Amino acid sequence: MKITGAQALIRSLEMENVETIFGLPGGCILPAYDPLLDSPIRHILVRHEQGAGHMAEGYAHVTGRPGVVLVTSGPAATNMVTPLMDAFMDSIPMVCITGQVGTAAIGTDAFQECDTVGITRSCTKHNELVMSAQDIPMAIRQAFHIATTGRPGPTLVDIPKDCLTNMMDWHWPTDEEVAESLPGYRPTTKGHARMIKEAAKLILASERPLLYIGGGVLKARAAEAVRELAELTNIHVVTTLMARGAFPDDHALCLGMPGMHGNATAITAMQQSDLLINIGARFDDRITGKLSEFAKEAKVIHVDIDPAEQGKVRKPDVPIVGDAKYVTEELIKAIRDLLQTGSTQADTGAWKSRVSGWREQFPLSYAPSEPGEALKPQFCLEALRDSAPEGTILVSGVGQHQMWSSQYWTFNEPYTWVNSGGLGTMGFSVPAAIGAKVGRPDRTVWAIDGDGCFQMTAQELVTASVERIPIKVAILNNSYLGMVRQWQEMFYEERYSEVYLSPEVPNFVMWAEAMGCVGIRVDSPEEVQPAIDKANSINDRPVVIDFRVDAREKVFPMVPAGYGNDDMLLPEWQEPNRGGLK
Amino acid sequence: MSEIRNHHILSVLVQNRPGVLARVASLFARRGFNIFSLAVAPAEDEGFSRITIVVDVDSAPLEQVVKQLFKLIEVVKISELDPRRSVERELLLATVRTTAEQRGQVVELTNIFEGKILAVGAEAITVSLDGHPDKLDDFEELLAGYGIVELQRTGRVALPKLDREARLRAVSNKKTDNGKAG
Repeated sequence: MKITGAQALIRSLEMENVETIFGLPGGCILPAYDPLLDSPIRHILVRHEQGAGHMAEGYAHVTGRPGVVLVTSGPAATNMVTPLMDAFMDSIPMVCITGQVGTAAIGTDAFQECDTVGITRSCTKHNELVMSAQDIPMAIRQAFHIATTGRPGPTLVDIPKDCLTNMMDWHWPTDEEVAESLPGYRPTTKGHARMIKEAAKLILASERPLLYIGGGVLKARAAEAVRELAELTNIHVVTTLMARGAFPDDHALCLGMPGMHGNATAITAMQQSDLLINIGARFDDRITGKLSEFAKEAKVIHVDIDPAEQGKVRKPDVPIVGDAKYVTEELIKAIRDLLQTGSTQADTGAWKSRVSGWREQFPLSYAPSEPGEALKPQFCLEALRDSAPEGTILVSGVGQHQMWSSQYWTFNEPYTWVNSGGLGTMGFSVPAAIGAKVGRPDRTVWAIDGDGCFQMTAQELVTASVERIPIKVAILNNSYLGMVRQWQEMFYEERYSEVYLSPEVPNFVMWAEAMGCVGIRVDSPEEVQPAIDKANSINDRPVVIDFRVDAREKVFPMVPAGYGNDDMLLPEWQEPNRGGLK
Repeated sequence: MSEIRNHHILSVLVQNRPGVLARVASLFARRGFNIFSLAVAPAEDEGFSRITIVVDVDSAPLEQVVKQLFKLIEVVKISELDPRRSVERELLLATVRTTAEQRGQVVELTNIFEGKILAVGAEAITVSLDGHPDKLDDFEELLAGYGIVELQRTGRVALPKLDREARLRAVSNKKTDNGKAG
């Protein structure tokens, strides 16, 4: 059957079970927008292409399904660079389709032409320029296959305008045809049995074991298996920034987040462990601190689906390349086998009592505000947390508010935390929250944002209002680029350079109202709860609360850049006891 | 050229598709690896090309180079070739400034190396030489004394030796080894 390339594109997306596309039309992609009118696929019209990208990421985060973006050529493609890189760093499955100038015009500096595959080569897992209408279905199948298998990531298909308008013979490639077309792509999912057995032995022999779990656990839907492993072996778990929620915070074995702004117990447990069982994490520099000072006595089991992560930063004693769920389940079996055949687990009692001691002595804490003092951001977060309906999804931007969100929220369920970890993209939260709400309309979605972040992508609240996507936004507004301010205060002798944002401009409430949202301003602690209650009761439009918070508040603990984790800075009232971190 | 010991030869089989060389090159740039030389041409199977890359790294980062290269979707197979157990060839073209008196010396030199005279002009001569890269190094050094006007080398190509001891160490082969993609 003859159809146009554009019809083939939309049909291919339907074949991939795409329900929602985030996009914005333009010249070269115009032909694709016509058959879209006749498709059951929902299209969400964004106000800036970057917004479409982050929405697709938010959608993918909470659903596990690839987020899909449809935009035009040139500036639309370059506007996608940030979300593509963000998705690449955090291994988020995303498929981006860009229009391109006609094949005859490629290379002539035509209007809205850019070298999209060249520009996005290093921020996609794979990309492809289609040169014939006939190739569209295969390119789309490959893009979805590559984005969602192995280590997930973003893919891009660039389609010239004439390929969309030309006729083609419809054919949907079979699985075999796809596999044959990609002879160099065979992700390993089954971990090596001998290595798994080796790992099981190490785990049983360890006196100070620690599970160090990362975003890969969520990508592999391995949270339940990890919980079973932790409970079987009674081993504590630290959850990286990308893995918050992968192991319940209210579980007795959960130590929370390690790293630069992790809690003292999680950081110290990593430092003093004799066996790090890394599942789906990548020894990011924000976790390790100064590498030569990191977990010096620990042996390492590293489970990762990406072989290039093995030994990239820390050489593992037992590398296991494979899917986190498969490997964890096999590991559980191997441990059970060993226990049933007479092996016993080493005594971890002394270690566990040390860990308990740290937890008691060094909880996350902040100094509550005195009456009449400025509002504390942590206080706002605690109030938001305590009033949040069951299953609330939290989405954050990047900076101090992100770290406080991770620290002070209680994540008891996987896929309830969405943030930009690797790339650290300011402006992520509003569009990502919209995408998350589209993916999980049954859930309350709170975006925690900073006033700096909010001003980067707030225009997408127009999208949210018009498309009736009722997210809630809490701006922790300290009128500063807060994290930069913190570094300037601590490491640049309080010489504040270009971090002050005006406290009166913009007027966030008026701005929110202008975009069709409900805007609320909160200045004092007494106003916090009523504002949150009001926001939680509104479900027909987005809500923005402008919390005016104390600009002097800093994120602690903190491992200064370039220092070892043992040199973490504690809140001043815990410093006198730091000898207890042994 | 004398530090050849720190070089590693990678023979990379790729799908012959537009942009694949750019992917390989940008990966090296992005990860901070140095390419010493690179040669690429269609391989024996239709639809595939072989890229011979001489990499300038220590052996520990080499593992990363190979793993990262292997993540490229179009890379099908990577072999690290041991220089002692592979045949290596390279082609050199050079135009050398020569007076009429010196011309005979350059011709003689070229003949000794079993090279070819490609063009002769009043004040210059163009010669070619193919062979092992070390031999080309020697030739180039001797030509330099006359004054090289222009010089182009192809970069080496290599294949494993055919003899019984030939040992193609398959660093990675996606077709048979299930341990490398992601």
